[in-house]
Amino acid sequence: MPEVIMPRLSDTMEEGILGRWLKHEGDPVKAGDVIGEIETDKATMDLEAFDDGVLERLLVAEGATVAIGQPVAFIGDGTGSGPDSDQDAGSEAGAGSGKKTDDGAASSVDVEAQDAEASAEVGAPSSGGPSAGEDAPADGDAHADTDAHGLDGGRVFASPLARKMAVERGLDPADIKGTGPGGRVVRADVLAAGEHASGEDTSGEHAAAASRDGKAPSSSSKSVPAPASAPAAQQDSLEIPLTQMRKVVAKRLTESAAVPHFFLTAVVQMDALLEFRAGINKRFADSGVKASVTDLLVRACAVALRAHPVVNSSWAGDKIYQHRHVNVGLAVAVPDGLIVPVVRDADRKGLAEIATEARDLAGKAREGTLSLQEFSGGTFTVSNLGMFGIDNFTAIINPPEAAILAVGAAADEPVVRDGELTTRKVLKLTLTVDHRVLDGATAAAFLQDLKQILEDPMRIVL
Amino acid sequence: MSADADKTTLVTYRQALNDAIRSEMNRDEKVILLGEEIGIFEGSYKITAGLLKEFGPERVRDTPIAEEGFVGAAIGAAMLGMRPVVEIMTLNFSLIAIDQIVNHAAKIYGMFGGQQSVPMVIRMPGGGGQQLAATHSQNLEVWYAHVPGLKVVAPSTPADAKALLLAAIRDDDPVIFLENLALYNTKGEVPAGDEPAEIGRAAVVKDGTDLTVISYSRATTIAVEVARQMAEEGISVEVVDLRSLRPLDRSTICASVRKTGRAVVLEDDWLSYGIGAEISATLMEGAFDYLDAPVRRVAAAEVPLPYAKPLERRALPDAGDLRRVILELLDDTSFES
Amino acid sequence: MNESRTAKASPRAATKAARQPAKGSAATPGAEAAEPGQLVEFYRRMVLIRKFELTADQMYKRAKIGGYCHLNLGEEASVVGLMDALRPTDYLFTNYRDHGYALMRGMDTGKVMAELFGKTTGVSKGRGGSMHMFDTEKRMLGGYGIVGGQIPPATGAALALTYRGAAGPDAEAVMCQMGDGTTNIGAFHESLNLAAVWSLPIVYVVINNRLGMGTTVEKAAGEPELYKRGSSYRIPGVRADGGDVLAVREAATEALDQARTQRQPALLELMSYRLRGHSVVDPARYRSAADLETAQEADPVPALRAQLIADGTLDEKQAAAIETQVEDQVAAAVAFADASPDSTPDQLFDYAYATPVPNAPTALPGERMVVLP
Repeated sequence: MPEVIMPRLSDTMEEGILGRWLKHEGDPVKAGDVIGEIETDKATMDLEAFDDGVLERLLVAEGATVAIGQPVAFIGDGTGSGPDSDQDAGSEAGAGSGKKTDDGAASSVDVEAQDAEASAEVGAPSSGGPSAGEDAPADGDAHADTDAHGLDGGRVFASPLARKMAVERGLDPADIKGTGPGGRVVRADVLAAGEHASGEDTSGEHAAAASRDGKAPSSSSKSVPAPASAPAAQQDSLEIPLTQMRKVVAKRLTESAAVPHFFLTAVVQMDALLEFRAGINKRFADSGVKASVTDLLVRACAVALRAHPVVNSSWAGDKIYQHRHVNVGLAVAVPDGLIVPVVRDADRKGLAEIATEARDLAGKAREGTLSLQEFSGGTFTVSNLGMFGIDNFTAIINPPEAAILAVGAAADEPVVRDGELTTRKVLKLTLTVDHRVLDGATAAAFLQDLKQILEDPMRIVL
Repeated sequence: MSADADKTTLVTYRQALNDAIRSEMNRDEKVILLGEEIGIFEGSYKITAGLLKEFGPERVRDTPIAEEGFVGAAIGAAMLGMRPVVEIMTLNFSLIAIDQIVNHAAKIYGMFGGQQSVPMVIRMPGGGGQQLAATHSQNLEVWYAHVPGLKVVAPSTPADAKALLLAAIRDDDPVIFLENLALYNTKGEVPAGDEPAEIGRAAVVKDGTDLTVISYSRATTIAVEVARQMAEEGISVEVVDLRSLRPLDRSTICASVRKTGRAVVLEDDWLSYGIGAEISATLMEGAFDYLDAPVRRVAAAEVPLPYAKPLERRALPDAGDLRRVILELLDDTSFES
Repeated sequence: MNESRTAKASPRAATKAARQPAKGSAATPGAEAAEPGQLVEFYRRMVLIRKFELTADQMYKRAKIGGYCHLNLGEEASVVGLMDALRPTDYLFTNYRDHGYALMRGMDTGKVMAELFGKTTGVSKGRGGSMHMFDTEKRMLGGYGIVGGQIPPATGAALALTYRGAAGPDAEAVMCQMGDGTTNIGAFHESLNLAAVWSLPIVYVVINNRLGMGTTVEKAAGEPELYKRGSSYRIPGVRADGGDVLAVREAATEALDQARTQRQPALLELMSYRLRGHSVVDPARYRSAADLETAQEADPVPALRAQLIADGTLDEKQAAAIETQVEDQVAAAVAFADASPDSTPDQLFDYAYATPVPNAPTALPGERMVVLP
């Protein structure tokens, strides 16, 4: 019976949240039908059926976190030969993750590929554990009754060492997030999980004792109350679970912290640019295209990047990639965090095209409907907080890109012109640079050129 | 002798072999040398330099180009109580003598019910990297390491070259003594005296905690060098030098990998069915629950080794290859130094 | 040396040898060269080989003997003559057709049979079987199963003798027996060359039964007069009638003497016939009836019996008594072999190495090589 699995929907996605089911158990589905929504680290995406049939079982509840490749639903022929409802993974998953639900049932999923033996477990769901296969009745009828098995999660991949260490520490590998190839749980993960769990009560010991018996932890061991010894300070705080978006933002920016940064600031005189913008917006008012300062900045950066290809680079550990395409990312605030849609080949697109595209992308970003293609592959990022009245700030690099431009608000600056004190508009640009890729003079040349382009805006359209 | 053993001298691998042979020839008059060009020519690689002059043509016997003949003759001489040390100019030519080595030397003791031992040594250098092309650059140690009845050693250092050769000559079984062209000029501290090593024991030549590299002969020198570099980067690599390919010291290998949880085998031989395959299988048995990732193998590309330098260089495993694989394995196990 | 029964090839005698190719078929026993009692003893030995081999054939068919089993049937006079010429202090290496040599070297009939039966009491403790008779004491350093494999080690044994002492009438020598087909293999030529350049005390003996399995000598050898094949190495060759025990003994003694006293290697070719197939399982259908008839006419055992009776050395009763005594001896050998203990699996690794070594593998099939502590 075809499984519907958690799809991989972004380059950095490792797990997703089943946001909403759009179809219900028993609904007929066709391949390509959208049956639910997946909240990835970047956006909310469609969950499509890959097979025709009847949506017989929804395996995870809305809100559940599921690793890529793990089943979330089953599509059958409508005869109900899907998983037994007693094996209600959905309710379990509602409380945690899809991975979590195979707690103690590793061996049942082990044999899933060979399918027969595992079916015996349907009749004895509580036996779980490594001995389940051996406990299964040997007669073929038991196998013929139903082929449902191991639906409450995928096989847990863990290195032999990690398995052994997990048992010694009373941990279940299924509860541990694997960071090895294909999500394999490795020693480091067990150690990390062990540190995390060390403050917890005896529920782990339950698991350890059970494992030594060759049996999975009983279901009661899972109902042990949550740790009572949490620090007092935390008791007065509202616990906000991390969303995928938040997790990714945190992970990416933590990576960024390792980058040796330096910062360059330039002040741009904006009068010419603002005049230019007013001119073209007036001229193209009928077409509905309206260029923002940000659009002009994107275009100006693209032109400058084309002239300074070394800046259009990224760090790859043992080498540097200098990109042929100039893809300018635009940091967009969204309710839960931040996303950076990308204007591809911005150096080859006209201002109107950029303006249209940027608006479209920002809208999608806020709606959470960006496609993977639309928020990946950036080579440079522009972050504009000017609309919030921020004069000047530094941005954190969006790895592996080599630089990011922080744009503040245009501000009035006193100036003596023709013997009179007057004001002019200026904008502070701060370029954050990865020193591993670029040196000061190189980056300065780029910023200087960018400043000149913005102050002589005819160059923007060239 | 114990006073001697405390003293060491810096000598080449070549000189260490020469010293061991001379020492045994002085100690036991039954020790004779047989081989092509080992006398007047002093050996293709000068391992027997000076010995003809010192011991005369009866004990340092130049042979015709007839590997099957003189290897077999050494077997017969050994059966009558001599202790022949045969030099085959390169390991590649031993294939001409393989019937005598595999069907005779390896069999006589067991097949005749333990009545007659065959105390002989076959020394031969293997290895590529000298632009000698496909037929002169092989590492076929696994052919011999596969055969019960033989003992197969492959020292990586001058000290081991001497001590294992002393052991091999005193051993009553046929010992295949594998040298490597690229090792002959390498230098190391070698104890004075004539204390033999124990055949059948591996050695941990560098201690480490994060990962084990298992290798032998020339490859060990690469492994040690890479381990040294990586130590500076905060990665602690343990190096196990097999020294003896038959018998294989499985417990030392397993003990190391049980400690580190990660294993890479570096071998000069071709990959398929190689030493690395045997060690991987050994670790499956002896360290399964201690492995944090599958064992990785770094071995020669599976082609007849080309003459052209860029191709030859790329076909043979080098420090860069080992380093890359170590880093990959560390990444696969989410290693943090 | 009776030149009517031998031919010689040597650098010096090559032309002579070429003029006088021997016809091995004429079994004219050289009775005049031996004491009558000695000939009777030779007859007894030949009968022993004959009975032993016929019994081996039978035991093979009764599945008491496994593997390959090559018999000396038809070659008894060669075996007896050669082994009588060889001194106890000399060394012998043979090919796989080695039962008769083992018996004539003085190995116990029962232990040879026990080896065929694969028993622990066998001469090679049941490890070798039919092709691998060995006895250090008797200085038979092996029957060898690989064609030509025995020749380089035999040559090396002769090399070792050169370190033991000077040449002389009491010096030890090596005899290396082989079949006609073996003279085509590289090891033969490499070894003869070594023996020549190193002047080794060795006699290479070719039992030319005219068939290498099913291939005739003429089809296989560029020089079918095999005794001439030493000429390339200036090793003198002699061809003698392998059916004539005294001719064989005489040729072998002379060759061995040259080896002892002059360290002159020699090549001795004995013309003989194989009465049966290559091994017990070979029906030899490739042989013509005429060829078989020739072989049977040349059978040296009845020929010597007839001669001994004809010249009055033995009467029928005495001959029969010898045969009965030999039959009893072989029957006792079978009984001994039968009663001997089989090897047990715990003995499997008993002869793995002569010098014990750590980490020697001792895992049985399916057992772990590495035992976890």
